[in-house]
Amino acid sequence: MNTFRIGGVHPQDNKVYSANKAIIDCPLPKQAIIPLVQHIGAPAVPVVEKGDKVRAGQLIAKAGGFVSANVHSPFSGVISKIDSTVDAWGIRVPAIFIDVEGDLWLDEIDTTPALVRSGILEPKEIIDRVMAAGIVGLGGACFPTHVKLMPPPGKKAEVLIVNGVECEPYLTCDHQLMLEHGEEILVGIQLLMRALDIKRAIIGIEKNKPDAIAYMQKLAGRVLGVSVKPLNLKYPQGGEKQLIDACIGRQVPSGALPIEVGAVVDNVATVYAVYEAVLKHKPLVERVITVTGKNVAKPGNYRVRFGTPLSDVVALAGGVPEDTGKIIGGGPMMGRAMNNIDMPANKRVSGLLFMPQEESRRVAPENCIRCAKCVSSCPMGLEPYLLARQAELEMWEGMEAHNIMDCIECGCCTFTCPSHRPLLDYVRMGKATVGGIIRSRQAAK
Amino acid sequence: MDKLIVSPAPHAHSGDSVRRNMLLVIAALLPAYAVSIAAFGWGALITTAISVAACVLCEWVIAKFVLKQQSTIGDLSAVLTGLLLAFNLPSNLPWWIVLIGAVVAIGVGKMSFGGLGQNIFNPALVGRVFLLISFPAQMTTWPLPQGFNGSYVDAATGATPLAAMKEVVKGNASAVNKLPELWDTFIGLIGGSFGEVCAAALIFGGLLLICTRVITWHIPVSILATVALFSWIATPAGMEPHMFISYELLTGGLLLGAFFMATDYVTSPMTPWGKIIFGIGIGLIVMVIRIWGSYPEGMSFAILIMNACVPLLNKIRPKRFGEKKK
Repeated sequence: MNTFRIGGVHPQDNKVYSANKAIIDCPLPKQAIIPLVQHIGAPAVPVVEKGDKVRAGQLIAKAGGFVSANVHSPFSGVISKIDSTVDAWGIRVPAIFIDVEGDLWLDEIDTTPALVRSGILEPKEIIDRVMAAGIVGLGGACFPTHVKLMPPPGKKAEVLIVNGVECEPYLTCDHQLMLEHGEEILVGIQLLMRALDIKRAIIGIEKNKPDAIAYMQKLAGRVLGVSVKPLNLKYPQGGEKQLIDACIGRQVPSGALPIEVGAVVDNVATVYAVYEAVLKHKPLVERVITVTGKNVAKPGNYRVRFGTPLSDVVALAGGVPEDTGKIIGGGPMMGRAMNNIDMPANKRVSGLLFMPQEESRRVAPENCIRCAKCVSSCPMGLEPYLLARQAELEMWEGMEAHNIMDCIECGCCTFTCPSHRPLLDYVRMGKATVGGIIRSRQAAK
Repeated sequence: MDKLIVSPAPHAHSGDSVRRNMLLVIAALLPAYAVSIAAFGWGALITTAISVAACVLCEWVIAKFVLKQQSTIGDLSAVLTGLLLAFNLPSNLPWWIVLIGAVVAIGVGKMSFGGLGQNIFNPALVGRVFLLISFPAQMTTWPLPQGFNGSYVDAATGATPLAAMKEVVKGNASAVNKLPELWDTFIGLIGGSFGEVCAAALIFGGLLLICTRVITWHIPVSILATVALFSWIATPAGMEPHMFISYELLTGGLLLGAFFMATDYVTSPMTPWGKIIFGIGIGLIVMVIRIWGSYPEGMSFAILIMNACVPLLNKIRPKRFGEKKK
């Protein structure tokens, strides 16, 4: 089996626009806004005050709990205010404003491109540095990485699965990162294997990236226990549960975490960040994002410091195309539509996709013809047509009984529906309510 | 960039549509239709024209004046219903009977439930069974294939292979001689409802639907396998099992029903196992009617009876991700 076993769809990958475009550094902005919620969990708490001078790589807000992440300054400059901002998802969050003066890093940080191979590090040391560097999953969920490296008592990781699938159409940032920083990623993998005390790692890459597969295979050949798994194209292969199924043939049970089947999954960009944090002492202050679309003048992969206005990156890519009807943060399957591009870059946004007007508008829904395509495409084995109907009728118990909380919101059902029904919209609404009911029931116990 | 559209994900779509699916089914029916026109001449053309036109008109009128909603004839489902109804009629049926069948199919079978997607029973079969019960003589007088020769209404008629099969089953072994050559049933040189005669074209069309993923294999395969198994067990004296199985599979409405009628999205189950049980049920019922019932053929009844079981079969759930085997 070279793919996951249940459901899935085959959207056009549209990676041609930005594939194999070398990563370009985005220039520093004059003013930066650093959101303090760039991860799942509690907001980070500022440790600087207005007027403080900071250097690049300096901690400016510390994690607000175990499931939270440190935030560092990507620039040197002066804190102009501590306030709030609207982030790329349109949510108001606390933020630190910096007047950027330059690019002066803390002394211990190594910003040279020289490759550092692993020294002798204790697992705890690696985990501490990952935690200190504010690393979160860069695949999209932004779950703090150190939490994954500390399995709960009684659970033991057996295999590290590295996510180089990039199954979202259009996006190419992970692909390009593998091509340009494959060696660093391999070192990062070894660090994570050491931190988790495991002997095996699998890099999952879809077959639409043959150059990345060949390159990573060449590199992995030199390291004991690391292998590359070429995967047949199918969305949502980059989903954590789907990838584990595709790579090691184990299915994470409903409601459980990957550690239940002995797996830890990390995105290639996260692994690269781990390498930088542990061996170069560089915290997570930047990421590669893909700016793309059918009519974008210079689609490509851009390295952006967090806090830089997204409009700066867009300007670098040739500006907003004339007939843009929708701007999506992320890919077309799970990305979020944005109403402007003035928000700052953060750990979450992996791409900016400009969709032409004619592809932006939804088609009017028709009656459900009960073709069952949503059922056969659902990678979690749910019945989207039924869940959507139950959500319409507010049948919460029925939705819970039909495992609505298993939904990973991949969008296969809406994608495949010949009647253009907004199935996932309803399921998402239902999920929110049912989730609330479950939580309050647990709280009452 | 005047206005940006903000809507929830996903922002991409497969490009599939109701109309595309209906068009593909219609396209898959065309090979069988070509054979029917060659075999039954004007009858096949005129019956189809009346049936399709009446179905579309009936849907338009009901949507506009009764339900007062946007007309849905653009999705081509009414055209398909008209075509399938016609395929299930003898080619020499008087025009006004065809008209009644079409009005019942769309009016009662589909629109009375609220239109596309809401109906419980296959509309074309509702129309056909209504006609079969109301006009039993006309509905069971089968013209023989004779191309465009002469007036289609007064065409020479004869028994269908299934009628001869029934005699064999009832113990009259000499009726075997009334059966046409097996090859003729495969290429369509037999009497019957005009769309069902050519097994070869129907199988080709059915495979086309499976290959283009309009339908899945579950329903047709389970129907045909059940019928084959049942006929093997119930082979009557005087016939070789393989011959009996072949005639049961290739004649009557079985192939048309298995590939094109039972697979109707709206009236078939949603999950793989539901579909398989649905198919087995149809196979069993059709064989029971063919062997012990008073009608020589029972495909329409079998599908309609199993249609009624679909809400129950939809209680069967698909295999969930990470579900533990019990």
